[in-house]
Amino acid sequence: MRPFRYERANDVSGAVALLAGTPNGAFLGGGTNLVDLMRLDVARPELLVDVRRLTSDRIEELPDGRVRVGAAVPNSDLAADPLIRARYPAVSEALLSGASGQLRNLATTGGNLLQRTRCVYFQNVSTPCNKRDPGAGCSAIDGHHWDLAILGASEACVATHPSDLAVALVALDAVVLTEGADGERRIPITELHRLPDREPHRDTILQHGELITAVELPPLPWATRSRYRKVRDRASYAFALVSAVVVLDTADGVVRDVRIGLGGVAHRPWRALVAEQALRGGPATEERFRQAAEAELAAARPLPGNAFKVRLARNTLVRTLLDVNEGRR
Amino acid sequence: MTITPRAMGVAVDRFDGAAKVRGEARYAYEQPVDRPLYLYPLTAAVATGRIADIDCGAASAEPGVVAVLTYRNATRTAAIEDGELRILQSDEVAFRGQFIGGVVAETSEIARHAVSLVRVDYEERPHDVELREGRGDLRVPREVQPIFPMDTAEGDVDAALASAPVRVDQTYTTAWNNHNPIEPHTTIATWTGDRFTFYLSTQGVNGIQAAVAALFELGPDRVRVISPYVGGAFGSKARPHADVVLAALAARLVPDRPVKFALTRQQMFSQVGYRPPTVQRVRLGADAGGRLVALAHESIEPTSKLQEFAEHSTRATPTMYAAPNRRTRQRLAALDVPTPTIMRAPGEASGMFALESAMDEMAIACGLDPIEFRIRNDAQRHPHFGLPFSSRNLVACLREGARRFGWDGRDPTPGIRRTAGWLVGTGVAAATYPVLRLPGSMATIRVGPDERYTVLIAAADIGTGTWTALSQVAADALGVRVEQIDLRIGDTAYPKASNEGGSSGITSWGSAICEAADRLRDELARHGGAVPADGLEVTAAMPENPHISRYAMHAFGAQFAEVRVHAEIGEVRVRRQLGVFAVGRVVNPKTARSQLLGGMTMGLSMALHEQSVFDPRFAQVVTQDLATYHIASNADVGAVEVHWIDEDDPYVNPMGTKGVGEIGIVGAAAAIANAVHHATGVRVRDLPITLDKLLPAA
Amino acid sequence: MVDVEVSLRVDGTDHRLTVDTRTSVLDALRERLGNTSPKKGCDHGQCGACTVLLDGRRVNSCLALAVAHDGATVVTAAGLAPAGQLHPMQACFIRHDAFQCGYCTPGQIVSAVAMLAEAAAGWPSAVTADGAGRGGGAVVLDDDEIRERMSGNLCRCAAYANIVPAVAEMARR
Ligand SMILES: Cc1cc2nc3c(=O)[nH]c(=O)nc-3n(C[C@H](O)[C@H](O)[C@H](O)COP(=O)(O)OP(=O)(O)OC[C@H]3O[C@@H](n4cnc5c(N)ncnc54)[C@H](O)[C@@H]3O)c2cc1C
Ligand code: SF4
Ligand code: FES
Ligand code: FES
Repeated sequence: MRPFRYERANDVSGAVALLAGTPNGAFLGGGTNLVDLMRLDVARPELLVDVRRLTSDRIEELPDGRVRVGAAVPNSDLAADPLIRARYPAVSEALLSGASGQLRNLATTGGNLLQRTRCVYFQNVSTPCNKRDPGAGCSAIDGHHWDLAILGASEACVATHPSDLAVALVALDAVVLTEGADGERRIPITELHRLPDREPHRDTILQHGELITAVELPPLPWATRSRYRKVRDRASYAFALVSAVVVLDTADGVVRDVRIGLGGVAHRPWRALVAEQALRGGPATEERFRQAAEAELAAARPLPGNAFKVRLARNTLVRTLLDVNEGRR
Repeated sequence: MTITPRAMGVAVDRFDGAAKVRGEARYAYEQPVDRPLYLYPLTAAVATGRIADIDCGAASAEPGVVAVLTYRNATRTAAIEDGELRILQSDEVAFRGQFIGGVVAETSEIARHAVSLVRVDYEERPHDVELREGRGDLRVPREVQPIFPMDTAEGDVDAALASAPVRVDQTYTTAWNNHNPIEPHTTIATWTGDRFTFYLSTQGVNGIQAAVAALFELGPDRVRVISPYVGGAFGSKARPHADVVLAALAARLVPDRPVKFALTRQQMFSQVGYRPPTVQRVRLGADAGGRLVALAHESIEPTSKLQEFAEHSTRATPTMYAAPNRRTRQRLAALDVPTPTIMRAPGEASGMFALESAMDEMAIACGLDPIEFRIRNDAQRHPHFGLPFSSRNLVACLREGARRFGWDGRDPTPGIRRTAGWLVGTGVAAATYPVLRLPGSMATIRVGPDERYTVLIAAADIGTGTWTALSQVAADALGVRVEQIDLRIGDTAYPKASNEGGSSGITSWGSAICEAADRLRDELARHGGAVPADGLEVTAAMPENPHISRYAMHAFGAQFAEVRVHAEIGEVRVRRQLGVFAVGRVVNPKTARSQLLGGMTMGLSMALHEQSVFDPRFAQVVTQDLATYHIASNADVGAVEVHWIDEDDPYVNPMGTKGVGEIGIVGAAAAIANAVHHATGVRVRDLPITLDKLLPAA
Repeated sequence: MVDVEVSLRVDGTDHRLTVDTRTSVLDALRERLGNTSPKKGCDHGQCGACTVLLDGRRVNSCLALAVAHDGATVVTAAGLAPAGQLHPMQACFIRHDAFQCGYCTPGQIVSAVAMLAEAAAGWPSAVTADGAGRGGGAVVLDDDEIRERMSGNLCRCAAYANIVPAVAEMARR
């Protein structure tokens, strides 16, 4: 790990100012991803601005029914929060399916959304990687890409975004609140993360030094009927190979509305708009669920080593739709 | 002579338990030393080639850096045979990740960072890392023990296969596995004037001592190795590896200052050996009555160009089943890769996956229950050596297991049991492991007038329970209470001991202690039965066992598993494992059960998870951490039942023990693979059994 | 190198120490304070051997920077009970032989103690059935709950099948 300075700011604008003047600095949340990557020499900040106790660590309901989650709220608190569990159970399930009890205690809401890919070459500085070192080449495309992207990848990068929380949040149309040198922004989370295209080193649209201060969940009464299903290489303490979140509203066997997110399939948490469109207004049957999943995955361009993930994503999505529809949460 | 069990057989809590649960048992790296320095290694970034230039300027200039070690300033070591240990002797690079230097600094943070400042230029050469059947350079491995013949042949296998009414001919593969003890390999090395002191995590202090003494051309009395607690090993800490040499070379640069060195988890994938992947072909032929007429088992495996190691995947096969025509064959390819090594049940763990999967396939082909099929083919005498078994209770294990597991009435039809979306199946496999004794152990016993017995032997406790079980053996050998025993192990200051390996610890060390106890009795008798005021001391070596040439000595077992496979998604969950073992006398039922249980769970892990993905372009394992090299987590393990049958074997050694460390893993993966087949109808012949292999095609 | 001074209260004793900004809580404990009860198995949050209570919560101390936790209270397995005594969880681990080499064990035990508190506070887990424990009631810890909640602590000796009954015995008390 390279030497670095450590600072704490008195307030959000102070933190933003500290980083604005240091192009090679980073915010520190729980550190569970940043410290990890610094130890691997992947992240090399010369200044860390600690924001773990800076932004709000509260979960509050706003008068119009939105729920605002401070960026400093630990993953475990968010998962256990009664309001979240009652209104957005998939958020809680997504968090609980990720990492471990210990890690969730350290990890923050803001940091979780900005964790970086688990691509093995990205984490190994002795191998080429465009995300770490633009222009160096991608080692994964002709190498080990078992767990990498099948949707939206580019010739430059086939990495996936590893966050489970983010997948639940894209399905719920959450909004990310930020503050940067240019002021405050409200960013729909579906727009926060990028596809790799020719700039895989940029995970998100955030500017350098732009701080996440909170995440807002819009009211969605039928979000109580939701489920997060994660498939992975071992029963716990592993990242997703594929995950699916389904929020479903049906009446008399007809899909009134639906929100679907897929994880482990792309460079960003994937909002399955094609599948949603295919389902809305139609009968809630297994056949339709399958057609919708296939429609969404028609765009899949897997690599030789992860072709199975197309079938896996389809079956996982169909199973999750069925479970939510049949009331098995 | 056999000894009477009084302390043996009692389920005593571990003597080191309190220290371990509080975290106060001090492992090697944790030993208090004065003014330590920290070593971080520099590793080769190419697979093969030579170092054209090394620039240490920036690293040396870093505040807190005390020394930068490269082949240019390293002590010249003796040209010993083991190429894995000959590091920093030239500019050559033999594999990617090989140690080519290191930084010694005042703190671990400084040392690690300074290494990243060393600039190395290489002249790279093309590397050769691919294991293929068609390679022209496959060779027969060297024999390491006469009980493991490399190639065996009996009768006319090809003719018997050709005429057999029922045949199975399949290829099975096992993955590259890494031991990954949770405590990485750690060392504190100090060079003071003319001698080394090491605190080190090892399965055998004497092996380390011998290697260092040979390399640095020192008398063994000038190399002290201390290893009181070892945080897991599984074979990786059996032989000395390059990490010990690097620590020693660093210590030579900074006399009188202890050098602390812990491998990172990532380095554990290239420095300390691994279970090599295997490609195994098994051919079986049976007659209409379900009797094997032919059995052929062939395996190819990689080793490194530095040092030969063979997994011996076919080594258990000649012990298992009576077939008049048999052949086993092993071949190695020497590649530009790190050197593999022994890993828990080397040979048996991988080989019995193939053989016991094939036996399941054959039972099905013969229309026989897999237990009945194995019983029909049980061998009465050792099929290869022709010797009687000192005891062989495979059939008893299978029957007892079937009873306890609830095997009776099992419908063999695959793919028909379903609960809540999961397919359910059960499977069985046999297990075996030889009773090994490693030569060279000695023990000293001292007794004072207070009737306390100090037992000294440089043995190891790697979690196996040696502290406790060996005290129980000593108590019975001496005919005293276990409270009167004061056992001292893990230090070359004590009499020499063989490695903790091959499940041979209690057999080898216990035999030496029994011999010393006999001598002590003689001495006591000479003193009229009373301990003299200044006490008595005897030392004895492990005696020869006269029965070895007359009997084949093996432990056996039966492994059962119940699995669930998600019908649409392919996830596998092992709900239940049950093992019944015939392992001779069980010295401490508590710790022995834990060892068998641990082996079975490691077998589950091997079956479902473990795979070091080797990227041939970089000649490197790219899944080099515990987030990408998965080992079973708590949630992966269901109910695990361990049983053993009473087995009284007077031939193996005075204690009647056969060893429990390895047999638990043998056959476990096959039982799970067989259960997966029963659940789904899909036969997975390539480990690990990942969900892509079970995902429905449509 | 950037040195900073931090205070840590470790197992009931206050310490002021100078650390590198790069020093983890784990290394501060092991290399600076000589408290080697928490272990280093991976240094990347992937094994749980380094688990300590940090301000009352179980965390992986290898990923926590000491400088970021200035003023924190740390409890290791050595501090769960007074010197020379055992916490009841530790006694359960010995009785059930819930370890072999003992290297993952202090982390397992700290994790188990914290996990019982989390369940008592009504925190759900990935296997908590729908509605169970919702509204703050304590979660009933069956074997599957224990397995899931203890999965952040790997044990290569694979003592899991003994760890679960050891923790279950404590959970029943
Ligand atoms: C072994 C292991 C297993 C894991 N398994 C899973 C899993 O299964 N599923 C899953 O989803 N996650 C998993 N994780 C990842 C974990 O969830 C993340 O590391 C964690 O959520 C990151 O949060 P943090 O607060 O620690 O972030 P940090 O590590 O502190 O920061 C991460 C990034 O976010 C930036 N940052 C932090 N806070 C802010 C802010 N407020 N505004 C702007 N930028 C900020 C940092 O500069 C850094 O770039 C695992 C991690 C480990 C180590
Ligand atoms: S997939 Fe992306 S992160 Fe992985 S090696 Fe390629 S460029 Fe790097
Ligand atoms: S050492 Fe911290 S999790 Fe492994
Ligand atoms: S007891 Fe050895 S790793 Fe758990």
